[in-house]
Formats: sequence, C-alpha cells, structure tokens
Amino acid sequence: MADTDITLDARGLSRAYRRGSEEILALDGVTLSIKRGEFVSFMGPSGSGKTTLVNLLGCLDNPSAGELHLAGKKIFGEGKRLSERELTVVRREVFGYIFQNFYLVPSLTVRENVAVPLAFYRKPGAEAEVDRLLKLLGIEHRANHLPREISGGEMQRVAIARALVNRPEILLADEPTGNLDSRRSTEIGEVLQELNRSSGLTIVMVTHDPGLAKLGGRHIEMRDGRAYEG
Amino acid sequence: MISKFQIAYKSLLRKKVRTLLTVVGITLSSLVLVSLFGFNQGYEKALNHDIDNMGYQIMVMAKGCPYEAATLMLQGGKGLRYMDPGMVRDIAKRPEVQATTPILMQAFFDPNKGESGGIAGYFGVDPSSYPAMKPFLRFRKGSWFVSDTAREVVMGYEAAELEQREVGDMTMVPEKNVPLKVVGILERTGTQDDGTIFVPLKTLQQIAGTDKITTIGIKAKKDADLVRLENELYQLPDVQVVSFSQVKQTIMKLIGTARVMVLSIALIAVFIAMVGVANTVLMSVYERKQEIGILKTMGAMPHDIFVLVWTETLMLCAGGSVVGIMAAMLCNGITDLFIRRLLPYAPSGGLVAIDFRLALYTLGIILVVGLLSGLYPAWQAGRMRPLESIRSE
Repeated sequence: MADTDITLDARGLSRAYRRGSEEILALDGVTLSIKRGEFVSFMGPSGSGKTTLVNLLGCLDNPSAGELHLAGKKIFGEGKRLSERELTVVRREVFGYIFQNFYLVPSLTVRENVAVPLAFYRKPGAEAEVDRLLKLLGIEHRANHLPREISGGEMQRVAIARALVNRPEILLADEPTGNLDSRRSTEIGEVLQELNRSSGLTIVMVTHDPGLAKLGGRHIEMRDGRAYEG
Repeated sequence: MISKFQIAYKSLLRKKVRTLLTVVGITLSSLVLVSLFGFNQGYEKALNHDIDNMGYQIMVMAKGCPYEAATLMLQGGKGLRYMDPGMVRDIAKRPEVQATTPILMQAFFDPNKGESGGIAGYFGVDPSSYPAMKPFLRFRKGSWFVSDTAREVVMGYEAAELEQREVGDMTMVPEKNVPLKVVGILERTGTQDDGTIFVPLKTLQQIAGTDKITTIGIKAKKDADLVRLENELYQLPDVQVVSFSQVKQTIMKLIGTARVMVLSIALIAVFIAMVGVANTVLMSVYERKQEIGILKTMGAMPHDIFVLVWTETLMLCAGGSVVGIMAAMLCNGITDLFIRRLLPYAPSGGLVAIDFRLALYTLGIILVVGLLSGLYPAWQAGRMRPLESIRSE
C-alpha cells in the first residue's frame, strides 16, 4: 500500500445488532473520508455510534451495509468481505490501536509490552522503534517496570508506544483518556497532537472530552448513528 | 526483543500457585508412569538375571519335588523324594546337554533357630561340576572345598552374615551334630545363592545317610533345542522337569495381571493430570480474553495465538514431566522397596529400571497427551475475534 494513498473512505456504512428479536441500528449510513495526516475526533453521547464507527474504520468489525475503502482498495462492500485472516493482515499493516483500558500485559515489563507486537509481525527496522518510542513518549526510565508499578498516564503512553512500534499509518484511539485524570488527559492529548504534527500520523479518536476533541484538526459529532461534521 | 516463548512463559508465571499445582499434578503422574514402565522393564530383567545366575536352564528332580519347600518346612526333610545319581550320567550323554551337576537339598531341624526352632537348609553340590557351572561366583574370602568328601562349608554372603561366621570358623549341622569348617564366603550376588550354605555333595550324603540326590542341574549347549530336550526329559520315569523359561513365563503371567492393573491406574493418573492441564490453560485463556483480543489487533494471526497457548501447555507438561522423571530416578530405591512389599514374589536385584530411553519415552507420551489436552484451549483462543474479546468485560 503506497503511503501517499492512505485514506479511509466510508460510504453509507451501517451496523445493526440483534438483541433478541429486536434489531438495533448502531450506525446509520455514515459517509465520510479521512485523509492522510488528519487528526479526526469523534464526539457524541453514549450509544451515538462513535465507537462502532471507529471499529469499522479500523477493520475490527464488519459492517451490515455500506462500503469501506482503504487507500483506494475496497475492504468491505457489495460482494466484498475480508476473512479474519485478511483483516489481520490489513490491521497489522495499517493500524495501531489504543483503548481506554490500556490492556497492557501485566506480566511483561514496559519495554516488553511495547515490543509485544513484534513477536507476531515485524516491519523492517521495527526493532529500533522500541527504544525510540520509549524515549519519545518519556517512559524510558520506566522500561524495566511492570505495568502495576507505573501510573495510568504512563500506562497509556506505553499503550501508545505499543500501537506505534510497527509504524502504522493510522492510529485509532477509543477514549484514550477515559480512565485518566484531567492533568494526565491533557498530557496524553498533547502527545497525540505532537505525533500528528511531527510525523504526520493519521489519528482517529473517539472522546467524551471536549478539550481533547479540540486538539484534532477535524471534529465530527455523532448522534443516533449518524455523523455530522463539526 | 520478546519472543512468543517468553510471552507464554511469563503468562504462566502470572498465576504462580495455579501453575505450580498443575505442574505438581503432571510431576506425580509422570513419576508414577515412568516408575511403572521402569518396573515393567526391571522386573523381567531382574528375573532373567536370577535365572541366568542359576547357571543351568533346566532342573530335573524327583516327582513331588516342586513341593519340596513345603515338605521341608512341614516334615523336616523326611518326606523328600530322591533320585538315583546314575541318572546324571544318562542325561549328560544327550547331545543337547553341555554339562550337568547333581545336587542334594537337605534340611535339618535346628532347635536354636527362632523362638521355637526352625529349618536349616543345606545344598550339597559336586565340587567338580557345580563351580564350573557358576563361574561368576566370586569369593569374598576363602575358596571352594578341598575335596568332595571334605567336612567343609561355603556360605553365601547373607548366610554368613546371619550366622556371623568367618572363614576358619566351625559350624554345626543341627540335628546331626556334625561340625563343618567354613572355608569360603561368597560375595553378594543378589540372588538366592546369598542365603545358601553349600556342602560337598558326598559329605552331605554321608551326614544325611543317603547316596541319592534330589536334583540335577542341566546346562544346555548354545543353540540347543530346549523344547526338544525338555520333552525328552519328560519321558524319564518318576522325574519332574522344571524349565526356567517356563518358570519365567509363569511368573510373568502372574505379574502381568498386576502390571496391567497398575498401568491402568497410571494412565488414569495421567488422564486426570491432563484434564487439569486443559482446565488451567482454558481458564488462563478466558481470563486473558481481552489481552488475546489486543494481540490480534496488533497483528497476531489465529495460528500465532494457537501456538502461544500451545506453548504454555507444552511448558507445563515438559516442566512437570522432567521433574517427575528425575524424581522417579532419584526415588528408585524407595519405589523398589514399596513394590517389593506389595508383590508375593520379587526377584533379587533392582525391580525398577529407568534408563534414558525410558525417560525419553515417558517424556514423549506426556508431551503428546499434554499437547492433545491443550488443543481445545488453543483452538478456542485462536478463533477469538478481536473486538468481541476486547469487549468481554
């Protein structure tokens, strides 16, 4: 996939869930494009479909209808649905993910947590990224600590480093500051902003925090499964 | 950089007590399994060793003599049946026979033995043929008799210890009050010879007041047709033929039933341990659902997760079985004693023989069974979908 082509293009994306006999439409025909180097934040009340949309954009879930193109290549759409194996290939080539709950491996040190993705897939030269990211994110001094020995803000920094170790094109962040106090939230926000500015990393973020949302150059409001440009 | 192996190893360390208990289960089942395999191998080896150390493969005795031991115990030797020594020459002429040796077994009542007296057994052997048939017998002190009529005894290692006799001491044949001089004490052989008192055949015949014998030991030529020889010997009148290969077969048949039962118990123990492994790994997989989901978002393929979980199973089984096999090797003597107390008859020498080949064989079995038990948890983990796993709080 050529770097210059990386763009997320969603056309009429819908996602319905079945709960008993009832069908719930979590996402209702969203159409949007995200260009390379953009920092897009999604806001909206709970159940508005923002996480569902980000999961679809990040190839973590299959849509019920609509199409998703990644760098011009159709991932989902009419007659096109990738297998779990194919989705994994797309995910590890293109995306990095961070979540509200960090999900660090508790038995591994900070350095090992950052290096975990390399045990499964390694882009050329990715080994050097571990130390570079530890330094860049200011957690170098915590490299040999276990997750239980560091603060929540530091845990999220480790998660960010882990997401970036294979040099993804797009970073998907689902409520990255949801478990942090305001000071740590601001710090993580600034880290993401700096990553976007300095390396042109495309960031797609879901947040409840208006202050954090403002950091993104582009703001999308979600309501009732639909997306509205802010 | 971190490898899948390190990730698996550190995952196991997360719940140390659970991992330890699982490993202990595998250790115990490996210990039981390898000990029983060792017993299967060792018992037959020990029996063969005992039979080989008899020096002869076939014994011919007067009819009724298989019950000789009981007769000796009950009637103090008075009910024994005897054979004519001339039979030795007849048997020796047969083409399959390499050597023969006449033996007279005698028992005398010793009022000083035990609380209410007991039987003292003597083994009258021919100095010209018996030692040649058992060249592996070594003397701790002294040597064989000076002549076939000497008033001398050679004592087995344990018999000398029990009687507290040294070379040069005198010993008295109870009931007959005949003094005999100890001229030799054998080294320990690990066979029934250790408890035997040997007397020159003619001397014992003289003491017992008979010119007969009770037994003829027959050593067959190499490549001789033993079955044919046995059949020919059966044709002799009033004799009983005891073939040690038959004795061995009979004992192995008797012990075979016990071996099957104990082996079944061992396999059940292995099965239970493996259910424990499957349970431990499956619990660990379910507890780490979100973590597995994250690994998948980071690019881990289903087979990567499968291998990761399978590696954990492999580590548990390899760790447990290596410790179990080593413990079995170290506790060999205790296991031997324990089995000896349970068995009605046990040959001398080590009953449990665990060698490197057997250890590898057991390790292989535990690993294969362990990997089979890890298949389901590994498959479950491999097929987890990332989003569902991450959401499964």
